[in-house]
Amino acid sequence: MSNSMDNLQKIKSSLKRRSRSESLFRWYGRVAIIIGLAAVLALFVDIISKGHGAFKATYIQVDIHYDGDLLGVTSLADKPQLMQANWDALFKSALREKFSDVSGRSDKRQLYKLVSNGTGFDLKEHLVANPLLLGETESQWLLADDDIDTYYKSWLDGEPYDARLTKKQIQWIDQLHQQGDIRLQLNTNLLTRGDSREPEQAGIYGAVMGSLLTLLLTLILSFPIGVAAAIYLEEFAAKNKFTDFIEVNINNLAAVPSIIFGLLGLAVFINFFHVPRSVPIVGGLVLTLMTLPTIIITSRAAIKSVPPSIREAALGMGASRYQVVLHHVLPLALPGMLTGAIIGMAQALGETAPLLMIGMVAFIVDIPQGFTDPATVLPVQIFLWADSPERAFIEKTSAAIMVLLSFLLIMNISAVWLRKRLERRW
Amino acid sequence: MESLNLLLLMLTLGAVAFYAGRSRSLAVATPLGGIRHLHSLPNYYGLNALLWCALPSLFLLILWLVFDEAVINSIVMSSLPAELVPSSKADYNLLLNKISNLADGIMSSKGQSAALIAVAESMAGLRVISQWVLTALCLILATIGLYWGWRRVAADFRARQSVERVMENLLLGCACLAIFTTIGIVFSVLFESIQFFRSVPFFDFVFGLDWSPQTAIREDQVGSSGSFGAVPLFVGTLLISAVAMFVAVPIGLMSAIYLAEYSGKSVRTYAKPALEVLAGVPTVVYGFFAALTVAPFLRDLGADFGLTISSESALAAGLVMGVMIIPFISSLADDVITAVPQAMRDGSLAMGATHSETVRKVVIPAALPGIVAGIMLAISRAIGETMIVVMAAGLAAKLTANPLESVTTVTVQIVTLLTGDQEFDSPKTLAAFALGLMLFTVTLLLNIFALHIVKKYREQYE
Repeated sequence: MSNSMDNLQKIKSSLKRRSRSESLFRWYGRVAIIIGLAAVLALFVDIISKGHGAFKATYIQVDIHYDGDLLGVTSLADKPQLMQANWDALFKSALREKFSDVSGRSDKRQLYKLVSNGTGFDLKEHLVANPLLLGETESQWLLADDDIDTYYKSWLDGEPYDARLTKKQIQWIDQLHQQGDIRLQLNTNLLTRGDSREPEQAGIYGAVMGSLLTLLLTLILSFPIGVAAAIYLEEFAAKNKFTDFIEVNINNLAAVPSIIFGLLGLAVFINFFHVPRSVPIVGGLVLTLMTLPTIIITSRAAIKSVPPSIREAALGMGASRYQVVLHHVLPLALPGMLTGAIIGMAQALGETAPLLMIGMVAFIVDIPQGFTDPATVLPVQIFLWADSPERAFIEKTSAAIMVLLSFLLIMNISAVWLRKRLERRW
Repeated sequence: MESLNLLLLMLTLGAVAFYAGRSRSLAVATPLGGIRHLHSLPNYYGLNALLWCALPSLFLLILWLVFDEAVINSIVMSSLPAELVPSSKADYNLLLNKISNLADGIMSSKGQSAALIAVAESMAGLRVISQWVLTALCLILATIGLYWGWRRVAADFRARQSVERVMENLLLGCACLAIFTTIGIVFSVLFESIQFFRSVPFFDFVFGLDWSPQTAIREDQVGSSGSFGAVPLFVGTLLISAVAMFVAVPIGLMSAIYLAEYSGKSVRTYAKPALEVLAGVPTVVYGFFAALTVAPFLRDLGADFGLTISSESALAAGLVMGVMIIPFISSLADDVITAVPQAMRDGSLAMGATHSETVRKVVIPAALPGIVAGIMLAISRAIGETMIVVMAAGLAAKLTANPLESVTTVTVQIVTLLTGDQEFDSPKTLAAFALGLMLFTVTLLLNIFALHIVKKYREQYE
């Protein structure tokens, strides 16, 4: 009797400790989830706060006089003349006019550095597009240099970063600001141009096109092959050692580090088959091999989810096994397969490491037009910009990341939507 | 003819073949009294003709495109006049490039020797001939196939079986691509590694303590022989992976337990996808985050406490890598925890155990094999992760276990050795493949072992 009383006593005295450890355990779980979610939040807030500025750029307004004598151009149809013309003189003289008190070589050089050093080229394009301007004067907003851009934006935010500017330049910007001749406007370069060494000129259009071409090839190759492999393994393969071996291979490939696929691409496609470097073809081939396991695994799951009664009904009606697959199983499994394909493509879109191995890190200014043009892809562009020392590239990189993440978001949302919309529950 | 046009032409021929086969089968069937007297449906006769027409010529086209350049190059290079014959392998490649550019017309022939121009012209000529021969062969093959497929149409010809046999082989071929990929990986890293181990002994590589792969351009330069001891890289990789696991395992596991065992449905529906967002973020984004936000933050934080934390510290890379791996562990753990039969929980609760005691003493031990497998897969991922460490970890190989210092990893070295200019037979480039071989072997073993555990575990409760 006293023994059980003792036990009861023990149990009672331990209850408090046990309930405390229960609530502690629960809190561990909550804290873990909160840390995880905080990481998501920190990542996104950090990227967006760094990158949102890049969608606007600083422009400076000056009166450009398209003086044929200054340029040395008499006719716009004359190509060699256009090539040799002194286009920089246009904005240089306009700037001198605006700041007429500036004299001395070094001061002038500083003055010219207010605007982007690609300005001459932009003005040439503008004049060629509007030939009537020759000899006329037009007030124009010129793209500012990246250092000016960084300073002006940070100054507007109240924490000026002036490490790379001279006192005079800061004075001039102040003056421009008071005159209302400097402002932020939509940065069209970011989305319409290729890469450049000058941060203010650099854009992601080339990289986006490269990504698009590479992904297109990946999709064309990996989706049919992946679906075919999945059909074989689910519907036709005999249960034997060989099939097991294929399955082990697929599962392993899904977990092989992506950089190994880059080594494969380098050794097999480039050094053995002599596919040119840096082109979307070789990128597409490598990404195909990389995404195949994902597509095969999701396609198999989609095929598995089609109930056997459908197959049996079709077989009972005299259909051959191929007719069963082509007419019944495949259409029913297609939404699941498409979802898998989109997920695989999203994975391929974000992949960087294997593409570094096959030379897609080259600095490429031109927009790729086809599968055999040298190209880079969006994540590699991000990597390249993140490596650049110019401070203005931090903003650009974050903006490129925002674009990449929004592509991924769209792809994932459409995958979820597709699954919800088209998938049938049995 | 351009390969693409040729491909289109062959597809057109295929369509013709399909139509011809189909209409012949109909023509055969009409006098017999309708298509029910045929063995197969008319479409199968058409498909049979199409396969006969398109497959052999497509096969030829692919083989030709893969090998024609190599063949032409070797013909051209073996017919070089004596004064042009290159002395070394590097010169050979250089000359080949030059000739090829000349033949393409990319390089102007101005100022080149007459012999070289002649060689380039012969190469251009060979290319044209190759294209024409290819076109002719493909068309002949396709036509023969078309005719054969058309001829074989007969009422008792088992067209469906014939088509399905070909289809099955095509499907099998697609499935076997996984095997070919694995073989390709093994051979591509193995061959170069064997070459590497010829110049650097295997044990020096695996047990050497000094890593400085800079080989000099001239033989007599200082430090002309790079040293390839990979231990510092292995230690660096393990250090960063350990930091990552230290972050990811507790957080991932606890959030999986909370979501599977405690949370209400509404928390689960929102928190789970939100955590999985982390899995969808590209690694280059994590790399940027680690290098530009986390590393400076840690450095400043360390300075406040009087610690010197390198701005490329293993800690920063590891922390961010851990965050990346959280969803990986949590979703795998979630799967195995929810697979534990409810009866086991009910039994434990009925004995008076609290919920957390049930989780700790019943659910976790039951799910342990699956959890361990998940952690092993996560380790394999951490070891092979590239972009985060390339962007946030250092380049200098330092043998240290201090996470506040800068270390380098296997993947970082592979990337640095293989990006930029390279010649293919220097030990520096080959070292990258040897590192790749190590990486592949280790991750393969981890994966096979983990997948094996998962499979066994799954069978246990099914």
